[in-house]
Amino acid sequence: MANIQEKIAKLFPEAAFEEADTLTVTIPDAQWHELAKTLRDDAEMAFDYLVTIVGMDWKDSLGCIYYLDSTTHNTHIAVKVIATGDRETPYIHSVSDLYAIGCIYEREVYDFFGIIFIGNPDMRRLFLSIDWKGFPLRKDYDMNPDINPVPHENERQSDYTYTYVEDADGKIVKEEKRVFAEDDFVVNIGPQHPATHGVLRFRTAVDGETIKKIDVYMGYIHRGVEKICEMDTYPQTLHFMDRLDYFSAHPYHHCLCMCIEKAAGIEVPRRAQVIRVIMDELSRIASHCLFIGTFCMDLGATTMLFYTLRVREQILDIMDKTCGARMTFNYETIGGVIADLDPDFVKDVKALLEILPKNIKEYNKLFTGNVITRNRMEGVGVLSRKDAISWAITGPSGRASGWACDVRKTAPYAVYDEVEFDEIVRTEGDSMARFKVRMDEMEQSARIIAQLIDKIPDGEIQAKVPKVLRLPQGRWYQTVEGCRGAFGIYIESDGGTSPYRLKIAPPCLPLAAVVDHLTEGSKIADLITIGGSLDYIVPDMDR
Amino acid sequence: MQDFSELTAFIHSLLTQFLPEWAAVTVECVIIAVCLLLAYSLLALFYIWFERKVCAAFQCRLGPNRVGPWGLLQSIADMFKILIKELISLKHTDKFLFALAPYLVILASMLSFAVLPWGNGLQIIDFNIGIFFLIACSSIGVLGILLAGWSSNNKFTLIGALRSGAQMVSYELSIGLSILTMVAFAGSMSIGDIVNAQANGWFIFTGHIPAVIAFVIYLIAGTAETNRGPFDLPEAESELTAGYHTEYSGIHFGFFYLAEYLNLFIVSGVAALMFFGGWMPFHINGWDSFNQVMDYIPSVIWFIGKAIALSFVIIWFKWTFPRLRIDQLLSLEWKYLLPINLANLVLMVCCIVYGWHF
Repeated sequence: MANIQEKIAKLFPEAAFEEADTLTVTIPDAQWHELAKTLRDDAEMAFDYLVTIVGMDWKDSLGCIYYLDSTTHNTHIAVKVIATGDRETPYIHSVSDLYAIGCIYEREVYDFFGIIFIGNPDMRRLFLSIDWKGFPLRKDYDMNPDINPVPHENERQSDYTYTYVEDADGKIVKEEKRVFAEDDFVVNIGPQHPATHGVLRFRTAVDGETIKKIDVYMGYIHRGVEKICEMDTYPQTLHFMDRLDYFSAHPYHHCLCMCIEKAAGIEVPRRAQVIRVIMDELSRIASHCLFIGTFCMDLGATTMLFYTLRVREQILDIMDKTCGARMTFNYETIGGVIADLDPDFVKDVKALLEILPKNIKEYNKLFTGNVITRNRMEGVGVLSRKDAISWAITGPSGRASGWACDVRKTAPYAVYDEVEFDEIVRTEGDSMARFKVRMDEMEQSARIIAQLIDKIPDGEIQAKVPKVLRLPQGRWYQTVEGCRGAFGIYIESDGGTSPYRLKIAPPCLPLAAVVDHLTEGSKIADLITIGGSLDYIVPDMDR
Repeated sequence: MQDFSELTAFIHSLLTQFLPEWAAVTVECVIIAVCLLLAYSLLALFYIWFERKVCAAFQCRLGPNRVGPWGLLQSIADMFKILIKELISLKHTDKFLFALAPYLVILASMLSFAVLPWGNGLQIIDFNIGIFFLIACSSIGVLGILLAGWSSNNKFTLIGALRSGAQMVSYELSIGLSILTMVAFAGSMSIGDIVNAQANGWFIFTGHIPAVIAFVIYLIAGTAETNRGPFDLPEAESELTAGYHTEYSGIHFGFFYLAEYLNLFIVSGVAALMFFGGWMPFHINGWDSFNQVMDYIPSVIWFIGKAIALSFVIIWFKWTFPRLRIDQLLSLEWKYLLPINLANLVLMVCCIVYGWHF
């Protein structure tokens, strides 16, 4: 990291450095785009993966913290950029030309903080309605319900989007342009649609059966989790993690717990660590089972859903016995887990491990080899490795494109460095590869559980945690491998009992954003295949 | 084997004793219509129950099991529910065409019922162009679907209707050609003649290779013709919500639903007629006592049994295969089925000319 710091200091004398959780570079906005370009293109640094953009309101100023990763060197860096201009119209230069995912991340920051990104081609709100007044994550936001009443009429829609560009004199000009061409035949796929897996809307311009352009419209399940978390104490924030990816809540919970434990310096007992990993992997199997079922159902093979749900049911029953719930487990807690394992746990899990290979074989027999299946999935929605990184497509979908991005391998946490498992990577990048990666990952998860299930150590399940938990001043970023991709939590603390800023970096937002890129020129039916194979989940992206 | 024509002749003579000829014919028409409607609705109810049970078995479930023994009354309860549902009328639709569409669909399947050989002598009308009439009737159905999709003024229904149009027009070719192959073999278009020609062996056995090929193609095309999975693109629920009947409610929706099942029966019925001897019992040359036992089973049961057995195969397709994409669907027809079909027709003609058949 030291030589990166030297190099940046040489090229950008204005840059200030700060060694926190990750090396943080502070740079004025004027040089930010140049720095981003250097960071991405320099072979020694090669920060080609934009993890997330954390919008910040430091009360006296607004700004962003960009988290960048290098996929070749496995290094991390954070860049802090403070917005120029006044509080009414703060500006930062966009990096959407360097990182494809930047466009949607910047829209999110704009939506919550009102920071305008110069050069972003699509500067609309992302989650909130276009008539929303104020920017909710600003510290001076007025939460009075009279300002933004619950609408009783249809939400106003706009066919236009905006771009802010700098003209020759450095003045910022707002340009208006159409989202779709004037005579496009636009079909609304969603928000109530069987194949969008939640309340998501694809405004799809079609020419006959061929898709011309898709405008992803989200925010129907936006609950402002990040804002609520700022008002809660740390233990209270945990509950919202179950409501993001509700199909597999354990890894998300795990992530926030780890982030808080890291910040507070809490050592988690080994028993709890092992239990957490087993739970994560059980979640992964359950989640992939559901993926296979719903994906096949999207393709018209309804029968598969029932076959996969049988296994999922069995896992949920195991969860039910130990956690007392089937979906919103609320099991991991700061310093460990909330309750000890059920006496039957080991027996039940072993029974599951026994039937799992048989079931996977059955799925392959019924579905994977089928000629219609192969025609529908092979070569559909091909995502190259470069695009996958640029669009920040992590998880099984990224690994299907040949990007070894498994956080369990790149930055092992809990006891993942002690177990043996293979990272499934495929190179085809099509829907079939995404499907097969998940199939194979179930086997690997089973392998991890099999190694741990007999070796759950005795001892405490929870570390001693102060009744009133205060984190020291600072900021922390923690990533885990969720079932759908890398899930990150950013916490900034001012020393109080609740986070100053808690940012959730969900894996599903990029997954939904990339749909337009993948579907261009394909058929309507391919949109369903591609959407299904990406396996996004709407509450996770909307938060 | 009992001959139903004796029964019908008896009814006719009975009626003419009291009534003039024209009145007798009118009364007979009414009786036939009532019987047909009854058979129609009973079959539909049975099929809905049957599909649910079969589908449940494939999916490791029980299926309907609460209403009546083995859930038999479930479909009657559902039918009642559909009857009392509100017909939602939409703004900005073509009211007349919107209401007409379901009737056209149901009319098409109703007309096809007229020429099916229900049993020995139990056929409403035996044209010399019976098969031709059947194909012509089933083509009216696509008109209803197109109308439904167009008049609903909804983008999903429109796409569904267009898909359906492309699909049905394409697959009608395959159906027509595979039927033509069998008509060439039978040497007649009259349904009565076709059935009688199979008295000593069903066509699928006597016509061997070309007949089997024609049967496979017919089954594929027939599945496509009825808009059932894996060819259910016009109503692909994960893509187009419900396709062309998205906007329909109440009994109008019920008509589409009914017609789908009845078309399933008609397609299987025609397959039974063309390849499995219609109402003809299963006979093996030389096994006289076996043949006699087979003769004791009523012809109506033979026909309906064969049709249901074939329907089971089509239902089996639906609950096993994923759905095709529109371009794959069309290339399957135009690039594979159609050339195979044409070659098969030539093969069949050769078989007939050189007498290479049983």
